[in-house]
Amino acid sequence: MISVESRRAFFLFLALFAGLLLVWQLSTASAPPRSPYGIPQGNAEYQMLMGHAPGTTQTREGFPGPARFAASALQALHAPFHNNGPSDRGIGWQVGASLLRVAIGYGLAVVVAVPFGFLIGLHPVIRRAVDPFIQILRPISPLAWMPLALYTIRNAEGCGIFVIFICSLWPIVLNTAFGVGSVRREWLNVARTLEVSWTRRILFVLLPAAAPTIITGMRIGLGIAWLAIVAAEMLVGSSGIGYFVWNQWNNLSLSNVLLAVLLIGFTGMVLDGALAALQRSVTYAE
Amino acid sequence: MSGFSFLRPPRAALLRCAPAVPAGAVCGCGVVHATPVRIGRRAVLGALAAGTVLGSLPSPLRAAVPAGPLERPDVTIGFVPISCAAPLIMAEAQGFFTQEGLRVQLQKTANWALVRDRLLDGHLDASHLLSPMPLALSLGLGGNAPHAVRVASMQNLNGQAITLALRHHDRRDPRQWKGMTFAIPFEFSMHNLLLRAYLARHGLDPDHDVTLRVTAPPDMVANLRAGNIDGFLGPEPFNQRAVIEEVGFVHILTAEIWDGHPCCAFGMTAAFMDANPNTAAALQRAMIRAADFMQQPDNRAQAARIMAQPRYLNQPELVIRQSLTGHYADGLGVVRDNPRRAAYSPYPYPSMAVWIMSQFERWGYLKGPVDYRDVAQQVFLIDAVRQQAQAMNLPPPADGGDNWPSFTIMGQHFDPDHPSFFNQG
Repeated sequence: MISVESRRAFFLFLALFAGLLLVWQLSTASAPPRSPYGIPQGNAEYQMLMGHAPGTTQTREGFPGPARFAASALQALHAPFHNNGPSDRGIGWQVGASLLRVAIGYGLAVVVAVPFGFLIGLHPVIRRAVDPFIQILRPISPLAWMPLALYTIRNAEGCGIFVIFICSLWPIVLNTAFGVGSVRREWLNVARTLEVSWTRRILFVLLPAAAPTIITGMRIGLGIAWLAIVAAEMLVGSSGIGYFVWNQWNNLSLSNVLLAVLLIGFTGMVLDGALAALQRSVTYAE
Repeated sequence: MSGFSFLRPPRAALLRCAPAVPAGAVCGCGVVHATPVRIGRRAVLGALAAGTVLGSLPSPLRAAVPAGPLERPDVTIGFVPISCAAPLIMAEAQGFFTQEGLRVQLQKTANWALVRDRLLDGHLDASHLLSPMPLALSLGLGGNAPHAVRVASMQNLNGQAITLALRHHDRRDPRQWKGMTFAIPFEFSMHNLLLRAYLARHGLDPDHDVTLRVTAPPDMVANLRAGNIDGFLGPEPFNQRAVIEEVGFVHILTAEIWDGHPCCAFGMTAAFMDANPNTAAALQRAMIRAADFMQQPDNRAQAARIMAQPRYLNQPELVIRQSLTGHYADGLGVVRDNPRRAAYSPYPYPSMAVWIMSQFERWGYLKGPVDYRDVAQQVFLIDAVRQQAQAMNLPPPADGGDNWPSFTIMGQHFDPDHPSFFNQG
């Protein structure tokens, strides 16, 4: 049984979507006036060289309308896993390459950040000592790290992974510390009274209690990682969705750039959805 | 001068070469010299300036035309997707690398800073470079420590243009360009140096009268459309692309500023060349053959078709073809023909390097005295290219064997012996 509210929301979504398409169509339909500034049109051969002759492929793209976008998106998605050497791979490979980099960099960040967060969450002195470092490092944009990383790591692949690592680290550290620090005293006192060992205390009391907060941090971190990878790959990539954007931009192919933009958003949504599901599974009611 | 001792080859290697060897004779260094090793007036003068006669002998003589087994058959080469990379792309597509027993992986690279970093850190064994880059890197300009990088062959000559926004179609006199903003692809590029020379020749101070902005080529076209820049001196096919996008017009081809100017080079680090002399020589041969292939007008249309592929330039063939053949729409309603729009010749004349360094000094990139000739000979390996080309039975260039030709730049004579940059081009 679908509630009235969600049905209304769905229709509103459809209306918004249709409206968006309409605005897109209208704003791209009117072609810019040819020959501004009274520049002559030239002879037939000039027209041919400008790509206007009948039978020649249209090279001037401009901003694509919905129909042209759909056509070129279908073409790109038709063979997403084609592979003509490292400089010409399908969009599926590119998303895969980005996901792999994120998996490594983000995985490392989780492995480092959760224990570190436990440490500073349990020891207020350490927390106060490292807090200034975290507060300074946290707001640094992934792109600002890039030149430093390139110069010191001297490896494009390593740089991409480092940037993801360093950007997704802080929200996980802070949320873990917060989650661990705000576990109810009574639960810890009960554990202490029962003389539970510290490993068991961490694994069976602190971790489940702090899990929803930790996963909130992981969601934020993953979102940042996915933002960072696209920027990093546009700068140094030889593969990945960011490289795809750059390569299509090089050809001024806005349809494909738009496709990549939507695909980036969609993949980010799926990643976030996966962690949201994980979060629901560890949420508890007090 | 002694500050640049890193540029010199080991003294022992040089001592083996007799100071004057007739053409065809086997020299003490075990090499058959294609042309007599001339120690002419200029060379002696240059050497005196450098403090040693022996120090001025061209370094490539020590390792000329090695033909032993390849130390490294698998080679990664970087390129930036512009028409200048034509010889590199065609060397792969036409199998010139495979003929030499090389397995080459071409790596499309996003920008010149990245090309530089990847070449220096060894991820790229060799690369497409802007021809001022090896000089800037060897001299340690731009805040880097000096790294010895060599030009193993020149990739292309000419092939760039000044493109202006359509709204400036009636402002063709550069004296009217005060206050404009121009995009260039990189500081250490022929684009920057040629644009500065062109503006200065027309009475503008490129540092104060205009704004020069380093911009990636596709962003040049987009910024021209958006009106953020007034024009650019950029690589092909982006000048032609701006024409076909109907946002700009070709104001002047660089072939009309300096016919025969170097543009992009094919380079390696000196460390790579020393460690892999046979591989370096094989790469050089493939690139010489590719330059010869590209210079044939009949091959240009085919090259345009191949370069248009997504893995190479990823641009419409129509655009690339016009920039390669020089039969093009200028953006102002006229079909123009200039077969010299793009030219290919593998010979890296050291006198070109002297011009480049004199411009570095002119615009303040290079401070302190540098012996142009000494550095030019170390970095631009013309003798090796000559010997390889002769061994491949290619016709010699029409330069009479002179490694130090002078040039005509915008009607002015540039004499590498007297590179007084203040009144030059």
